Amino acid sequence: MSVLLDAGTRLMVQGVTGHQGMFHTKAMLDYGTKVVAGTSPGKGGTDVHGVPVFDSCQEAADATGANASIVFVPAPFAKDAAVEAIEAGVKLLVIITERIPFHDALDVMPYARAKGVAVIGPNCPGIITAGVAKAGIMPNHIFTPGPYGVVSRSGTLTYEIVDAMTKAGLGQTTCIGIGGDPIIGTSMAEALERFDRDPATKAVVLVGEIGGTAEEEAAARAKRMRKPVYAYVAGRTAPPGKRMGHAGAIISQGMGTAESKVKAFADAGVAVGRYPREIPELIRKGPTTG
Amino acid sequence: MKFYEYKAHEIFRKYGIPVPRGVLAATPEELADPPLPCVVKAQVLVGGRGKAGGIKFGKTAEEARAAAAAILGMRIGPYTVRQVYAQEMLDIAQELYLSITIDRSARAPLLMASATGGMDIESAPRDKIVRIHIPPLVGLQPYILRNLAKGLGLPKEVATQVSEIARKMYALFRGEDAELVEINPLAVLKDGHVVAGDAKLVVDDNAEYRHKDYADLPQDRTPLEEEAHDKGITFIQLDGDIGVIANGAGLTMATLDVLNLKGGRGGTFLDLGGTDDPEKVKQAFEILLKAKPSVIFLNIFGGITKADTVAIGMEEALKAFGSGVPVVARIKGVNEAKAKEILADAGMHSVETMEEGAEVAVKLRGGA
Repeated sequence: MSVLLDAGTRLMVQGVTGHQGMFHTKAMLDYGTKVVAGTSPGKGGTDVHGVPVFDSCQEAADATGANASIVFVPAPFAKDAAVEAIEAGVKLLVIITERIPFHDALDVMPYARAKGVAVIGPNCPGIITAGVAKAGIMPNHIFTPGPYGVVSRSGTLTYEIVDAMTKAGLGQTTCIGIGGDPIIGTSMAEALERFDRDPATKAVVLVGEIGGTAEEEAAARAKRMRKPVYAYVAGRTAPPGKRMGHAGAIISQGMGTAESKVKAFADAGVAVGRYPREIPELIRKGPTTG
Repeated sequence: MKFYEYKAHEIFRKYGIPVPRGVLAATPEELADPPLPCVVKAQVLVGGRGKAGGIKFGKTAEEARAAAAAILGMRIGPYTVRQVYAQEMLDIAQELYLSITIDRSARAPLLMASATGGMDIESAPRDKIVRIHIPPLVGLQPYILRNLAKGLGLPKEVATQVSEIARKMYALFRGEDAELVEINPLAVLKDGHVVAGDAKLVVDDNAEYRHKDYADLPQDRTPLEEEAHDKGITFIQLDGDIGVIANGAGLTMATLDVLNLKGGRGGTFLDLGGTDDPEKVKQAFEILLKAKPSVIFLNIFGGITKADTVAIGMEEALKAFGSGVPVVARIKGVNEAKAKEILADAGMHSVETMEEGAEVAVKLRGGA
């Protein structure tokens, strides 16, 4: 079992002929992912690492039965790509592209929801079900199968924590990088909900950061969970009003501070790590509450 | 991206939102014929200008010029005032509040209004604030404006004008890729007209490519941050003395936090992103050294980043800008072993984990 991504996922890569698209198509294939199609307008009929390329998502879906898509196209064209994939009938849409104007995401997310499509991202590393499949850009070698779900707003920080978990013998079911933008397809609380329903997942690690109220909402959801939840929050020392790279990582008007998030987690019985490598130590110690 | 008040007024006018008459001036002489009486306001991108003496009044043109002379050149926060905006004084009967921002959890724009504006809206009682989500796919429907008017409990003539302003604000919010459009106070004048007494606008940096006319607007960056921005490097100056370079915003923040935990303080936030281009690494180092850190801590977790090429970039940077500043480096990635060799040969301190790196960096500060 896993969350959102499994052996039945047939993935299409939008922007497959670009530098990033080609590189990660290879890495996803290497991980065992069923990458069945790529799209690149005007390049239909060619192939990338043996994956057939189509001009449109509809052609790709019709010819290959693709039921999921990963988007690598540049920001100005990402909204178009997302809607095209949704219209072609995919049920899982992973948007890797960063710097997409959030007004575009404001249009895409409710539309996807109305069509019953799960969206991950944008501005995210994607999703990986350890040992099974990857629709994302994370390094293959740091993951190992096991009972822990991981939900993260960050990319490299997730790798840091997953690497520490793997080295401590704590493997993963699925790891979802939900993305650092203000408007994202799957929130931390929604991802937690999915892990709560997944029988293979025994506990969940949340990797949050300052800005917004996603962690506070996830904490509220964690309260109702029987599975233990562990968390790390980045940005405890970030000054207010400064935008820390991620569009989401900004403290404004006293909202979204690290203190507020850490307190919300503590109140929900979620153990919070002070530094990334403390997460495996906390898991070893076991949950703070039943 | 934030906007100077005068620029926000200009954009409000473009969308037909009534704003007071005003004149922008970089010298007192430019206020030859200001609207009278007027309030002369420093144009800065930080709050608290009133307390700093950056807002003065003028009943006559002479008084307005004297006010401008006093304000121009004044320091407010880290900024020197270069321009003032002389704005017509309003004869206000009632102050309202109106804004549109995004609600991340609802994934929708949020219209907020209050019949008691002017003061800090955050201190207004929650039940006095009307909050209505706008479904983005279909936009601002008439029922939203009906609910707004009812929630504010305004007389019909005022409600009609406020609704019209809200409708135009939403057009601006969507049209300009705004994060925030705020009018506080939204002034009901003694003559019954409703006018935006103030205009606040923040737009999405990521949408800059759709609004080329905003590209040249001055932002509240330090000169070094500006230089980094021009080179496409994500860089922020902080209060501490330890220069931090990492990849990814989350990891960079975590690195600063771990430094703090070990008793140090980060002086820079430099997110290298996904690059392992030695030239880019070199550029980033050049910027970092200009911030005069006591020690540099580089923390890269690259799954696919080539560790050795990052190391080569650092080696070249140290040769080119050789400064004697100690460097602690932790690089995970492809060709890690080779990277460690390069680092050691160049006299850098190579460490295994970010926690260890933070400890070493704290020890090395101040040349210990």
